[in-house]
Amino acid sequence: MNKARQAAKDIHISDNAGSGSSAKGGIHPLARLIVTFIYIILVVSFPSYDLAGLAGMFIYLLVNGIWYGISAKPVLKRAWPVFLVAILAGSAGLVTDREVYITYSGITITYGMLGMVTLVLKGMFCITASYILSVTASAAQICHALRLIHVPEEIIMVILLMHRYLIVLIKEVERMQQAYKLRAPGRKGIQFKNWGSFAGLLLLRSMDRAEEVYESMKLRGFHGSLKYPLLKSGKRASILYVFLWGIFLFIFRFFPVFQIAGSLL
Amino acid sequence: MHMADALLSPAVAGTMYACSSIAAGYSVKKIRKEDNDKKIPVMGVMGAFVFAAQMINFTIPGTGSSGHLCGGMLLSAVLGPEAGFITMIGVLLVQGFLFADGGLLALGANIWNMAFYGCFIGGMVIWRHITGKNMSRKRIIVASMAGSIISLQLGAFSVTLETLASGVTKLPFAVFLAAMQPVHLAIGCVEGAVTAAVLVFIYETRPELLWNYKGNGIKENRLSYKQVVIVFAAAAAVTGGLLSLMASSAPDGLEWSIGKVAGTTELEAEGSIYSLAEGIQSFTSLLPDYSLKNGSSSAGTAFSGILGGIAVIAVCAIACYIIKYFRKKALKGQENE
Repeated sequence: MNKARQAAKDIHISDNAGSGSSAKGGIHPLARLIVTFIYIILVVSFPSYDLAGLAGMFIYLLVNGIWYGISAKPVLKRAWPVFLVAILAGSAGLVTDREVYITYSGITITYGMLGMVTLVLKGMFCITASYILSVTASAAQICHALRLIHVPEEIIMVILLMHRYLIVLIKEVERMQQAYKLRAPGRKGIQFKNWGSFAGLLLLRSMDRAEEVYESMKLRGFHGSLKYPLLKSGKRASILYVFLWGIFLFIFRFFPVFQIAGSLL
Repeated sequence: MHMADALLSPAVAGTMYACSSIAAGYSVKKIRKEDNDKKIPVMGVMGAFVFAAQMINFTIPGTGSSGHLCGGMLLSAVLGPEAGFITMIGVLLVQGFLFADGGLLALGANIWNMAFYGCFIGGMVIWRHITGKNMSRKRIIVASMAGSIISLQLGAFSVTLETLASGVTKLPFAVFLAAMQPVHLAIGCVEGAVTAAVLVFIYETRPELLWNYKGNGIKENRLSYKQVVIVFAAAAAVTGGLLSLMASSAPDGLEWSIGKVAGTTELEAEGSIYSLAEGIQSFTSLLPDYSLKNGSSSAGTAFSGILGGIAVIAVCAIACYIIKYFRKKALKGQENE
């Protein structure tokens, strides 16, 4: 599947998932945004060798993954580049940090190895948390949350308009690419001599479309801000959601829960 | 060049959020000052364009690999640096929130590395100064290449500094830098070439869409109706009064052919109708054979040239007014029906 088609599919998934008004969709988007941010900050703040502590943070992903019915395949697909970058960044530790952490059945694990695995896991956890937010909240919901934290109206409107016209332009790109492929069979990508005219034509069409959009918005009474239907969400449920996840995440970040549980057993 | 959350410490991420917020605040203030409600829809659609255009793979000749255009640079060249910066923030927010591309904690750093350098260094400093007042194809190519390469180099340098300041890698500074900069130099060259190709295409088809295009010193509606009349009248006077003196006295093509066949350039015609036509012509012709009656031939030629020009202009103008009059009348008739 090409990039354009995949992006269009992702937008549809996000819009459909975020439009629910059930118990799953009933949590306020700001609450979900706050919890996601808390989660990411706490994950990246773990020390380089605290693999046991970091493992506890997987529970959040597991619960949300099951609750929202998210499959692992698209998450892994997105996490792949992060995985490679984290391995590259952590690989230096394999050479410089050779102090032995543990030796088990003749296998030696150094601090460098531990640091690299921790970094890779941090990257994977963060991207998964972002993915969960992206597939459970629509663009309108995210913009509503951003508006509440006083993000400038201009940025919010750009996001809303972008989201609205993204599908149209992505489909336009797909059509143009298909037409190009039919005229240049067996060629990969757009050839050098056609770079300017190919993307330039798309830009001119976009500008013309922007003009039409502006005129139609004006006719519908646009005076500088976009309005969208207010989202239904339970206030109490949202506060409880932030409160419970906040306590849970802070406990797993600052207390060795697994070690305490192990010592009790 | 999207940074992942794991590559940043909360302190560095927070600092980058603060830096990007200052730049965003400045840009928003500038846009509000412009008070142009048309700009926001254009920014939204242009953001969608950049997003969509980044999905096109441009084949790099001789390598088999591909690249995409430099969003920040292109947006600045079309919308201006401030509006381009806000649009790029929108693109990065959509990528982060809707596609989980680039970390949420790293968003501040990504805005700084990709949008700030692309729009303010690439657009405000490089594009504006290189293209200057006299925009040309060559200047656009130089500005796009320089803007893309420099902004990407600065972005890659920032990624190195941010990662090292966060303490997530034990790679030495020089080694990390040596790994980052050459790769981004190659990417910058490709992005610059794609951006230049697109901007040159825009310049050649619809230059008014470019942000600092000032018409290359040529104003729109270059000549008014009055100016057009003056220019043509002057041209007619010069041609008729001066250039006509240099006109060849040799016969024209038809006269030459007749001369070859009949031995004379003027054919004698007999009959009452011919005599009548000749009489009328000798009465109406003020300047027979382009010269004054009983005057010097050169002054007569010049005078007849000017007079002929004025006469032709007058005839044309009268004809135009007559056509206009009848067209108006016809339109009125249609409206009444």
